Amino acid sequence: MEDALKVRDLRMRYGKTDVLDGVSFAARRGEVLVLLGPNGAGKTTTIEILEGFRVRSAGEVSVLGTDPAHGGEAWRARTGVVLQSWRDHARWQVRELLAHLGRYYAPYSTAGVTRPWDVDDLLGTVGLTAHARQRVRNLSGGQRRRLDVAIGIVGRPEVLFLDEPTAGFDPEARRDFHDVVRRLTDREKTTILLTTHDLDEAERLADRILILAGGTIIADGSADELARSMSGQAEVRWSRDGQRFVRAADDATAFVRELFRQYGESVEDLEVRRASLEDTYMALVRQAERGAPGWLTAVAA
Amino acid sequence: MNPTLVAARAGLSRGWIEFKQTLTTPRDLNAILITTGGFLTAMIWTRHTHVPGTHFSLGTTMLVSVLGLNVVVYGVVTMGDLLVVEREDGTLLRAKAIPNGMLGYLLGKVVNISGQIAFAVAITLLIGAFLFTGLAIGSPGSWLTLAWVLVLGLLATLPLGAVLGSLFPGQRSAALMVLLLGGLATISGIFYPITHLPAALQWTAQAFPVYWLGLGMRSALLPNAMATVEVGHSWRHLATFGVLSAWAVAGLVLAPAVLRRMARRESGSKVTARREKVMRGI
Repeated sequence: MEDALKVRDLRMRYGKTDVLDGVSFAARRGEVLVLLGPNGAGKTTTIEILEGFRVRSAGEVSVLGTDPAHGGEAWRARTGVVLQSWRDHARWQVRELLAHLGRYYAPYSTAGVTRPWDVDDLLGTVGLTAHARQRVRNLSGGQRRRLDVAIGIVGRPEVLFLDEPTAGFDPEARRDFHDVVRRLTDREKTTILLTTHDLDEAERLADRILILAGGTIIADGSADELARSMSGQAEVRWSRDGQRFVRAADDATAFVRELFRQYGESVEDLEVRRASLEDTYMALVRQAERGAPGWLTAVAA
Repeated sequence: MNPTLVAARAGLSRGWIEFKQTLTTPRDLNAILITTGGFLTAMIWTRHTHVPGTHFSLGTTMLVSVLGLNVVVYGVVTMGDLLVVEREDGTLLRAKAIPNGMLGYLLGKVVNISGQIAFAVAITLLIGAFLFTGLAIGSPGSWLTLAWVLVLGLLATLPLGAVLGSLFPGQRSAALMVLLLGGLATISGIFYPITHLPAALQWTAQAFPVYWLGLGMRSALLPNAMATVEVGHSWRHLATFGVLSAWAVAGLVLAPAVLRRMARRESGSKVTARREKVMRGI
């Protein structure tokens, strides 16, 4: 099957600064891609180029087989963008607004996808049924963001873009949001590209994580793959006779086998912890800032 | 289903929803009522003053001229202002993110503002008909003239408002429109016959739609004899049609390109940057 997203050697230059300096990645249909990276790494620029809201300096970009810079309205109808609301449409009622914005998608229904999403079903999906007749300005911050997501998916997009969708969420709103994203990928097979600063979020949602630093992708893989490629070392903790031990081991399995062989049943509270995504991320970004060594490209490949 | 047609229909209902919201939002309704009330007070003040060289009420002349001014106030200032505000708050970006959304958005604005103009004209006329004498509202010809001047006025002003709204970077600079229009209104024969002004000002005024909309309204709703105090002692329908059409054509040619350029530059990070600026209180 054709890739839903394909980016090759993407470059973006503002004046004399290269914000993006040869970014390449791809996403299969239904895949959830999370773009991580320090502030100013070019995450927003990348996503806005893919959304068709920004014109790139060079490189090849294709979203659903179309160059976003020349995507027409039919292409637009197959993509969704979750924007952060501020005070737009403040006087509209929630249901009224969703029903209105959905109308534009009706002519773009296909045999496989009925557009738009049924409004009442959509309200249920994002948990806004009880607020259907409320004015947008009276919603709480969390409810507003659910509305943002609802507006982004009302056209039942095949590709969905989210730029820091959970910034400013409380933990409950964040979990609700993650539920919605999972439902989207399970039920709708939507391809999702999202940026975040939250590593925990990235680990929960991502099929694949891309780390963007210094204008290029310095790592590309699942959270597990990234952790493994970065460091073979795991942390082993246990206790014996009421005393606690911590060791770093290159081969945790062999280490634990040896541990049991020596001490048998007196080993208690055993814990083996692989390097977390956070450890991996910090190490990768620090390496990149010092100038990426050759072995990192192996991770990206 | 034709997508453009669908979006156009969605735009019409969008405009109707927005218009209803305007009438049910106290702040917006008050703005319309206060403006209308302010003009009416000025007219009542001059009700018994005569237009120089006639025995006709200056207040009645002003009442009719203000109908024309209304078209410019709402068509240019309100339209431009809404575009600036809704670009800032991200409404426009949402429109851009949905298929044919900009078409629906703009049509919505046109319907909403046309509704506001019709509303302001209607209440001004309704109250005026009770308080003022001498209005020529008995003949069908009056209403026909009123109709074409109104429609042509909308065509001349709405695209102009959209162009200005796209060009102004923020709300503060958009306030400039109000100042300019205020200055233009004072030399455009809305409050006093233009023939009493220096020739240079007369010529300046006649380059802009305010004068011609006022003249068109006077020709529709004042007795024919009142044409004697106008430039060339005539209602100059042909010139009115010509100048307003020229502005309409210029606006309609310019607006799509300017709007497209403005919309092309919108993105999530731009809206976020503006929000942060406002949050910091700059």
